[in-house]
Amino acid sequence: MNILTLSWKNLKNKPLNLLLNLVLFALGAGLIILLLLLNHQLDDQLRRNQAGVNMVIGAKGSPLQLVLSSLYHIDSPTGNIPIAKAKPFMRPGHPLIKTAVPLALGDSYEGFRIVGTSPDMLALYHASIAQGQPWQHPFEVVLGSGVARSTGLKLGSRFHSSHGFVLDDNLVHEDADAFLVTGILKQTGSVIDQLLLTSPQSVWEVHGDHGTETAPHDSTAVTHHEGAEAEPEKPLYEYEDKEITSLLIQFKNINAQTLSLPRNINENTDLMAANPAFELDRLFSLVGSGEKTLRAIAVIILIVSALSIFISLYASLKERRYELALMRVMGASPDKLTGLVMLEGLLLAAMGCVFGFMLGHIGMELLSGYLEKTYRYPFTGWLFLPGPELQLLGGGLLIGLIAAFIPSLQARLTDISETLAEN
Amino acid sequence: MLSTNALSFAYPGQPELNFADFECRQGEHWLVLGQSGSGKTTLLHLLAGMLTPTSGSVILAGTNISRLSGKAVDKFRGGHIGIIFQRSHFIKSLSVEENLLLAQQLAGFPIDRSKVSGLLERLNIVHKLKSRPDRLSVGEQQRVAIARSLVNTPKIILADEPTSALDDLNCEYVTQLLEQQAMEMNATLLIVTHDGRLRNRISNQIHLN
Repeated sequence: MNILTLSWKNLKNKPLNLLLNLVLFALGAGLIILLLLLNHQLDDQLRRNQAGVNMVIGAKGSPLQLVLSSLYHIDSPTGNIPIAKAKPFMRPGHPLIKTAVPLALGDSYEGFRIVGTSPDMLALYHASIAQGQPWQHPFEVVLGSGVARSTGLKLGSRFHSSHGFVLDDNLVHEDADAFLVTGILKQTGSVIDQLLLTSPQSVWEVHGDHGTETAPHDSTAVTHHEGAEAEPEKPLYEYEDKEITSLLIQFKNINAQTLSLPRNINENTDLMAANPAFELDRLFSLVGSGEKTLRAIAVIILIVSALSIFISLYASLKERRYELALMRVMGASPDKLTGLVMLEGLLLAAMGCVFGFMLGHIGMELLSGYLEKTYRYPFTGWLFLPGPELQLLGGGLLIGLIAAFIPSLQARLTDISETLAEN
Repeated sequence: MLSTNALSFAYPGQPELNFADFECRQGEHWLVLGQSGSGKTTLLHLLAGMLTPTSGSVILAGTNISRLSGKAVDKFRGGHIGIIFQRSHFIKSLSVEENLLLAQQLAGFPIDRSKVSGLLERLNIVHKLKSRPDRLSVGEQQRVAIARSLVNTPKIILADEPTSALDDLNCEYVTQLLEQQAMEMNATLLIVTHDGRLRNRISNQIHLN
C-alpha cells in the first residue's frame, strides 16, 4: 500500500471525474501531437520536394501557383510558355544556370500526373531506375514507385492518358497512341514517386490530334500544333513552335546576379519567374495562421483540463478532509499528504498525456489515408518526434503539478483536531 | 504511563480550559466523564498530541509529547497511540484490510497481513476483510475502527465516545472488546464519554466540569 497505489485508488474511486479529466487532457495533448506530426511531415515533404530548385519559370499568373504546380504537383499550372521565349534559359552555356529541366504538363493517368520532361528530372530528385530503362522515344513512360504500386502497371503495360488532372473516363485520349511502360523508378519519398515521366514530345503528340478543340481544364493542357513530328535527336530548345509548361532552374552559384534574375524576367519578358523558397515561406505564413489557431485551441483545452483537475482535486479534498486528518493521526507527516495530492495531479496528467499521445498518433494515422488521397503525399501516424513529444510530456506533467498545488497546500494545512472534532 | 501536568488550553476567543492533573499506569482502564462542552474531546486531542497545550505538559511513556515538533508528534502518535473516534472515518477508496495495512505503514511498521486478519478475527469481523468500510453497519465500522487502533500494538488506547452511536447490545459488545483487547496488549485504555451505560463498568474515573 504505497502512496502511489493510494493516489490511484483515490482517483479510481471517482470514475466520472477521472474520465472527464482524462478525456479533456487527452484531447488537448492529442490535438497538439496531431498538429506536430502534420506540420512536421508537411514541412518535410515540401522542403524535400524543393529538390534544390532555385527558380521556376512559367507563364504569368500567381507565382505560388506556379511553384505548387511545377514543384509539388498539387495545383493547376499557370499556363504554357512558347519554347522560343524560354530558349535562352534552356540552351547549355548560360552563365548563371546549371540545369534547366523542362516540364510539359496537362495529362494524367488514374489521377497521377504525366510529366513530359528531360532525363535531368531524375537527377534533380535523386531518382534512379529500379526496373527497365529510361524513356527514349515518344510514348515511352517511366513510372514513379507510388504510381506503379497504386495502378498495378508493369513493364510493358500500355495505357491511354487522360486529359487534365482529374480522373474522368470522358477525357481519355482514346484516339491517341497508347503509352508503353519502359521503366519503374526506385522509391525516393519525394513527389516523383507519384508521377509518370515521359518526353515532352509524347505530350505534344497526344494533343496533336485535337487541333484547337477546347477541353475542360484547357488552361492546364499543353497546346499543340497540327502535324508536328518529333525528332528525338533534335535538342528540345530547337522546337521553337512548341510550348512547355515551366522550367525548373538550378543556378551554378547564388550571387547578386541570380538574385536579381527573377525580377529581370518578370519585368522584361512575358514569362514569370518564381523563387520556391520565398513562395514556400509565404505559403507557410498563410497556412501557419490556421495552424496557430488550432494550436491555441489545443492550449486552451489544456488550460481547461488543468482547471478541471484543480476543481476535482479541490472538491474531493473537501470531501476527504476526515481522511486526510485520519492519515495524520495514523502517523503521516504533512509532507506525505502534500505528496499524495501532488501525485494524484501528476498521475492524472501522466495518464492524460499517454492517452493524448495515443489519440494524436492514431488520429494522424487515420487522417493520413485521407491526406494521401488528396495530396498524393505519403503521411503516417507512426512517426515519433522525441524532442517535441518529450517537451509536451514535461509540459503536461507541469500542468498536473500546478493544478494540484493549491489542493496539496490545503491538504497540508488541514487542522486535524478541528476536523476530527466536527461531527 | 500517561500523566498530565497543569494542562490548559484555550480556543481563540474563548475562556481557558484547565484540566486537573491525573496519572494512569500501564494496563489501567479509565473513564473521562463530563457533559457536552466540558472539554472532553479537547482533552483527548491534547493527550493524543493533536492539539498543543497553551501551558502544561502531557507525558506519555516517558516522552513529553507537548514538546515534540509537528512531524515528530505525528510519528510518535502513529507508533504509540491507538485512537477511536466517535464516528469512524476510513479511507473510502480502500478496503477494510487496506485501511489497516495503511495504518501499519503510515506509522512506519512493516506490513503484516496475518496480524491484520488475526486482529479482525478476534473482533469477529474478518469476513469483511475485502469490503469497503462504507458498506458496513455502524457497529461493524466501530469494530473495524477498534481493530485499526490496535493494529500497531499501542501502549495507550484513546477512545472518544466510542459507544454513543450504538444500541445497548452493540455498546456492551464494543466496550467488552475494548477492555479485553487492551488487557491482552497490556495497554492503558482511556475512554472519553458521557454515556451513562459505562459508568458502572470502569471504576477509574476523571470528572470534567
